[in-house]
Amino acid sequence: MSRLRGAAGNGAQRRWYLLLALPFLGLLWPPLYARAEPRLFGVPFFYWYQFAWIALSVLITWLVVRATDDLPEGADQP
Amino acid sequence: MTRAIFLGLLLATAAGGLAARRWRPGTGDTLEDWGLAGRPFGTALSWCVISGAVYTTYTFIAVPAVLYTSGALGFFAVPYTIIVYPIFLLVMPRLWTIARRHGYLTTADFVRDRYDSPGLAVAVASTGILATMPYITLQLIGIQVVLEAMGLAPAGSGTTGVAPLAVGLAVLAAVVFATGLRGPAMLSVVKAVMIFGTTAVALVWITVEVGGVGAVFAAAARALPARTPQAGTMLLTPESYSAYATLALGSALALFLYPHTVTAVLSARSVRVVRKNAYLLPAWTLLLGLLALFGFLAIAAGVETPKGRGALAIPLLIRSVLPDWLAGLFFAAVVIGAVVSSGIMAVAASNVFARNVFKEYIKPDATARQQAQTARAASVVVTMGSLLFVIGLKTQAAINLQLLGGVWILQTLPAVGISLFTRWFHRSALLAGWAAGMVAGTAMTAATGFVAVYRISIGPLQFASYPALLALALNLVVAAALTPLLTRAGLPRGLDATDDADYTPRAPARAGFGPST
Repeated sequence: MSRLRGAAGNGAQRRWYLLLALPFLGLLWPPLYARAEPRLFGVPFFYWYQFAWIALSVLITWLVVRATDDLPEGADQP
Repeated sequence: MTRAIFLGLLLATAAGGLAARRWRPGTGDTLEDWGLAGRPFGTALSWCVISGAVYTTYTFIAVPAVLYTSGALGFFAVPYTIIVYPIFLLVMPRLWTIARRHGYLTTADFVRDRYDSPGLAVAVASTGILATMPYITLQLIGIQVVLEAMGLAPAGSGTTGVAPLAVGLAVLAAVVFATGLRGPAMLSVVKAVMIFGTTAVALVWITVEVGGVGAVFAAAARALPARTPQAGTMLLTPESYSAYATLALGSALALFLYPHTVTAVLSARSVRVVRKNAYLLPAWTLLLGLLALFGFLAIAAGVETPKGRGALAIPLLIRSVLPDWLAGLFFAAVVIGAVVSSGIMAVAASNVFARNVFKEYIKPDATARQQAQTARAASVVVTMGSLLFVIGLKTQAAINLQLLGGVWILQTLPAVGISLFTRWFHRSALLAGWAAGMVAGTAMTAATGFVAVYRISIGPLQFASYPALLALALNLVVAAALTPLLTRAGLPRGLDATDDADYTPRAPARAGFGPST
């Protein structure tokens, strides 16, 4: 009945959640991106890099939600 | 013209907010109905409501103001509101599910059941109320700044300047009293449409006006190093790396412990709605990032604020560059946003008071109706009380208190966030850790003179950190050290009223999927 485990699933499912560590790695080490070059349309790297992470993290989160979506039929409604 | 559009929109808002009373009529006069609107919201409405709680008007004013005065450091709001969503996806579906199953409205409700400990619950509840109050005050200060920039209120604090604000606040109190979460929820849709629309137009308009993107960053790079008393920077300096990262992480960990975020999330209809919003809400982070850059736009447009009044930068920019009609729309959007945020906060704080103070300590046999009435009364006290704060406190004091609020609320992470996953900690150890974190966090924040960054040296290693995270580390060490000691000493661990299976959804065929009470 592992399909009924839902949001915090187990085994293979749970491994998808490891992807959620990526935004932390990409953003919580500022030396990685506290630079002006390369610029994009005149915007220093520091700023557009972090904007780019908005899109990246949406993609990652969406992927994890889709991959772990084993909510049982009907659990959606009270 | 600006004022006419602004005031017209606000009147329509007040009427709309009051009309929300009849929106999705609920099951009766219960706290569930008043304080969570009966948990009705689907994906789109939840997106508006949660964003109304998270991305507050004060944020929209204050973040660009920091970029305007100090530069890069203020941009921490972007990584903060990015990494908050992985945390959201891990924590909130579990909280939503357990709350739905056991009929919880607040995190203190959960803590009480999980640890069989009214003491730990009241610690969590009072921390939540304490942290929320100055947050509401800041929303009002956001409104005040807009009114001031429009010439509708005289500069500075004090009783003379607050008359227009007092009128607005009375309307807010009436809307919240009559409709609970429904009014702010309905207005959050209006706010979402208006703020996205006006920001997009304003961004393009002003950027073109001041000569393009390159010119904006060039102007900021020229002006920031000349800032007094402390020079600003376009890029982070190596000394501020750790401050930037710890501010982002600490704020992200704290956000979903606030009563108003919890209220907003719990009002969702299903766990699927909550999970979807983990990847839909970052649209607001994009908006916040773009608004942050308005701080640089203000520099490029030559906006000069009075000394120490950086918060005026954005309103003055809007007023000086944009045409009247657009400025009116933008200001109305900002003020409606403040009404939404402070409304949700007032509802949330009142839920906590009714459930975890009134029912727990004052009238344990209170009926659902009495709890709802208590919450309504409390909401009036909370909204009008925050006006007294605006009159009595200097703006800086409110900002300091809100900073402390963030430090305080993070100290409930072990009892609330971690306890959604494990019951390893001893309840008394959690209480001791919380107390240690509160005292240490307050002391560190006060010692820095309320600048959000505490310098610590461990041996040769020196770094600056958001004090909330340092206090949390102490909190966790105390709780982890005391847990085995207290358990060995035979102090009772209490009964857990929740079951492991209660935290994840199950098929309705197997069991009922409603509140158990």
